[in-house]
Amino acid sequence: MNSAFGNVKTITKRELTAYFASPVAYVFIVIFLLLAGFFTFNAGYFFERNQANLESFFQWHPWLYLFLVPAVGMRLWSEERRMGTMELLLTMPITAWQAIVGKFLASWAFLALALVCTFPVVMTVNYLGNPDNGVIFGQYVGSFLMAGAYLAITSMTSALTRNQVISFILSVVICLFLILSGWPPVTDMISRVTESQLVLETVAALSVMTHFESFRRGIIDTRDVVFYGGLIVFCLFTTAVIIRNRRA
Amino acid sequence: MIKVDNLVKTFGPKVAVNRISFAVERGEVLGFLGPNGAGKSTTMRMITGFIPPTEGKITVGGHDIVESPIPAKALIGYLPENAPAYSDMTVYGFLNFTAELRGLNGDARKKAVNRAVEMCFLEGVIHQSVDTLSKGYRHRTCFAQSIIHDPDILILDEPTDGLDPNQKHEVRTLIRRMGEKKAIIFSTHILEEVDAVCSRAIIIDRGQVVANGTPSQLRGKSEIAGAVLVRVSGVPANELKERLVQTGAGKRVLIVREDSSGVTARVFPKGSSVNGELARSVAEVATAQKWRVEELHTEEGRLDEVFRSITLPETVKTKEHKEDK
Repeated sequence: MNSAFGNVKTITKRELTAYFASPVAYVFIVIFLLLAGFFTFNAGYFFERNQANLESFFQWHPWLYLFLVPAVGMRLWSEERRMGTMELLLTMPITAWQAIVGKFLASWAFLALALVCTFPVVMTVNYLGNPDNGVIFGQYVGSFLMAGAYLAITSMTSALTRNQVISFILSVVICLFLILSGWPPVTDMISRVTESQLVLETVAALSVMTHFESFRRGIIDTRDVVFYGGLIVFCLFTTAVIIRNRRA
Repeated sequence: MIKVDNLVKTFGPKVAVNRISFAVERGEVLGFLGPNGAGKSTTMRMITGFIPPTEGKITVGGHDIVESPIPAKALIGYLPENAPAYSDMTVYGFLNFTAELRGLNGDARKKAVNRAVEMCFLEGVIHQSVDTLSKGYRHRTCFAQSIIHDPDILILDEPTDGLDPNQKHEVRTLIRRMGEKKAIIFSTHILEEVDAVCSRAIIIDRGQVVANGTPSQLRGKSEIAGAVLVRVSGVPANELKERLVQTGAGKRVLIVREDSSGVTARVFPKGSSVNGELARSVAEVATAQKWRVEELHTEEGRLDEVFRSITLPETVKTKEHKEDK
């Protein structure tokens, strides 16, 4: 029998190989880079701003991830369910947790790779001016954590169904809710439904945008790291509950 | 090696498995028979730890599958129904992956993969991607996965499904050979497989064990075991039946077939003994009536007939009897 770590590593390795065995990985990375470039330079007016920072690059990430992360994660469990390989995987001498974490880490590592591929934008800004690279690092950390949170949500929705499309749509909706929950129109709507200040504050505190704010300024705040970490752990835990209760 | 005690599984209001108990020891090949939806796959899924039982206890090699699943699962090799495999991997990559999850590393892994490839005749497709394989090859790939760690216990859900006759034969030979040293449970719809492979068989119907015994014991339960089949030409069916009943050779006479070249009838014995007595008395009647007998033999019972008589709902059975008469 393997150690827990060994099992997680085996599964992560398989999942990562699976991404690159099909065109999915290449299509995804190319689209991600094209969109990121378009938003940074055309929609974000990178040059016109005449500022030595990557604000115009990172401000689009919550929206880019909204569609691209669910696209990466939607097959995680729904494909296993559809192909019947889930039965194979979960009758191996491993725990469901090891499988869940292994799969999650593989997709997260893949997203990290896509993020690393954006390095030319860092080189560009360094060539043109003198940006604070510490801030850029903080922004990357925030972006990576946010991608992880979206991914954990997608892992949860993909455990629910054998249909990848349903899994995709559900996770987009949940992620969209988390983006918008701090937004005035949403908070107004909630305050009309309930008087409770507690509910209002809780919903607003769930916003991934609020917790991305300090990262965007390059500050790695423990509270934000805990928020994203907690969201990831919670969603993976829910994934485990769903898988335990809906096997066949 | 495997002990199943009062196993129950319900899905909502539906009872899929209803108090099943049995045990399988090393050196035994247990055949699991039953109509579709009888609870065979559900039982196997519970033994392999995929779904938890609602009630009851399963021990695998002394480990309770619910309380200590990891050591129990390590002893089992499992071929699920429909033989799933990761379609984005090559056969080699897939077997390597499962071997790694089974805790095999380095040289041991290489050896295990090669052995499984050889045993399942996969040499020709080893670097092919799983989704380009034909059904038979995919099935054998998944079968190879189940034996990769040379497990003490094998659980095979329809291992010969979708194979051609030659492959079926190979897989059966393989199961029989491995059954000498392992405890094997396999489910099937094909009754001749039971004779070819099993040392014991269980028939499951609507979630319950309805028969349990060696293949020949099961055959003995057949309604037609001990009956005499006789084919005569040149005699009308009615007359044949009348004479046989009049002389009191058997309890009941059934016309099986009637066509231009002759009549086939089945004579059921009065007792349940299987011996030549009934055949002799039928022969005597035939000689006395000067019938031209073309065929005459005592039947030893057929598994498919036992299977049908046990698992068909009563209403269907009585209807068929009426049609026979």
